[in-house]
Amino acid sequence: MELIQQLVNGISLGSIYALIALGYTMVYGIVRLINFAHGDVFMIGSFVGFYAVTMLGVGFFPALLLAMAVCAVLGMTIERIAYKPLRNATRIAVLITAIGVSLLIEYVMIYLRGAQPEAYPGTLLPKQNLELFGVVISSQSLFILGTSLVLMILLQFIVHRTKIGKAMRAVSHDAEAARLMGINVDNTISATFAIGSALAGAAGVIFGIYYTKIDPLMGILPGLKAFVAAVLGGIGIIPGAMVGGLLLGVIESLVSGLGYSLWRDGVAFIILILILIFRPAGLFGKNVREKV
Amino acid sequence: MATWKRTRGFWVSIILAFAFFAVVQWLITSGTLNIFYVNTLFFMAINVILAASLHLIIGITGQFSIGHAGFFAVGAYASAIMTMKLQLPFAVGVLVAGVAAMLAGLIIGVPSLRLKGDYLAIATLGFGEIVRIVLLNIDYVGGASGMTVTHMTTWPWVFACLLITIIVIANFTNSTHGRACISIREDEIAADAMGINTTYYKVAAFAIGSFFAGIAGALYAHHFYIIQPSNFGFLKSFDILIFVVLGGLGSLSGATISAVLLTIVSTFLQNYPETRMIIYSLVLIFVMLYRPTGLMGKKELTSLLKWRKTAQGGMNHGSKNTVA
Repeated sequence: MELIQQLVNGISLGSIYALIALGYTMVYGIVRLINFAHGDVFMIGSFVGFYAVTMLGVGFFPALLLAMAVCAVLGMTIERIAYKPLRNATRIAVLITAIGVSLLIEYVMIYLRGAQPEAYPGTLLPKQNLELFGVVISSQSLFILGTSLVLMILLQFIVHRTKIGKAMRAVSHDAEAARLMGINVDNTISATFAIGSALAGAAGVIFGIYYTKIDPLMGILPGLKAFVAAVLGGIGIIPGAMVGGLLLGVIESLVSGLGYSLWRDGVAFIILILILIFRPAGLFGKNVREKV
Repeated sequence: MATWKRTRGFWVSIILAFAFFAVVQWLITSGTLNIFYVNTLFFMAINVILAASLHLIIGITGQFSIGHAGFFAVGAYASAIMTMKLQLPFAVGVLVAGVAAMLAGLIIGVPSLRLKGDYLAIATLGFGEIVRIVLLNIDYVGGASGMTVTHMTTWPWVFACLLITIIVIANFTNSTHGRACISIREDEIAADAMGINTTYYKVAAFAIGSFFAGIAGALYAHHFYIIQPSNFGFLKSFDILIFVVLGGLGSLSGATISAVLLTIVSTFLQNYPETRMIIYSLVLIFVMLYRPTGLMGKKELTSLLKWRKTAQGGMNHGSKNTVA
């Protein structure tokens, strides 16, 4: 029973990682950039949700939508200002810029409101414990899981059934050819950033409800772990990010459950290094030989 | 006579360096430099060592490592264990710090240097975090509250380590091995095709870089009185990274200059840590957007001085040696 309990906790945590990882994977798939600022977009989403609830007094879903909207705009702005001028620069230059943007968001946030943490109001979602075959499932984690699942299905729909989704797939396959076919590559990239950042914003609100404590540097670790999840599933592959996120959440919960909770943060990075060594293309990826 | 001509610049700089050492030593013993300036000077030197060691990995070999604080931490803790727990002299501590960091570099380098670009960056970042978490969980080194270390770092020690670091890295860069590393930076596949053992050189550069980061760690630990795992988070790695990036990827003097400048800047902004980080991040972004080569590009100060002579011949130092 203990094991199943940890599994349930792990899936809740994993769905948060999966939502963040989706943004990483989509952006990487389309511009081959590790968007380090993604974890900070997640943080901003969490704070927008918090302020919406405490200051505007709205409920869970309006707060979620507001956070997603703000993050989408933020994501697009970051892309336009910082990454677009570097489209043809070296990979290292873009990576360094991404690190710079990430630090900038974190410390502007600290500068504006201080580094002290905030507590998410706990009354946002109905709190009831559901007992199923001796396993306690809180209604909150069901809510979280449900919301993430809906968002992921929505994403699948956008990517596979809409025009912009088709454009995104085309650009990630071959940006030059897509441009020749009349696809507006810049707008498609912006849309990708918007969608990925919106998902991160949603993850931020969900994270706030699940862990109740948020602070301006909260985005770093979940951001890095979500990246690990994306690599685990095969970076650039959307179903891979979902599975990778869930898997990482479950592994972390199991490690905590075994009594090594202090080592929990290390596990993600050990997984990362192992996966990079033994299967760098990820669980779902195909190995591609490099051509000269 | 020919040897003298070739090495004249080297000996002149050594003499200048020792003159600088003597002047500073005199200023310290006579008390003209107060403790604040001495502190800043030591931090400058430690940061220059760190910047030079990362320069070798990123600037020369082109391997993007952002976990350098991990090696720094390994060095700091290894030396602290030697001097504090085992009561060994400081010299042993410094040496063990370097060797321990080098071993860590080998352990992480051998498997992960097969990765490229982004993946290597993330793997090294992950490694830096693992080091921090491991230190946090070992009670022998004090866990989260860290270790107290006696102050043992003195100016002669700092100067000697700094000088050795600069000489080794500068000479490595100009050697056969250094040129092999540069060829890997320029084009790894082409270097491989020319018969260069790319894995060997990448690991070698990584190990030497980690060695000196470990030395810097030893100096830092015995200067700062207390070391805690939180001092070695990835913000520290980014601090080191910005020295190298701002100075110009591939320029040792650039990395040195930016390490000195940024140490001064951060000393002045010590009471405003947020402002410091905002400035740092803006510098990173603007340098990448408007001057991606950094302050110095791939040039060195010395090559600026004899620009005329080298302009025609391209590479000035003997292309007679072959790279094996």
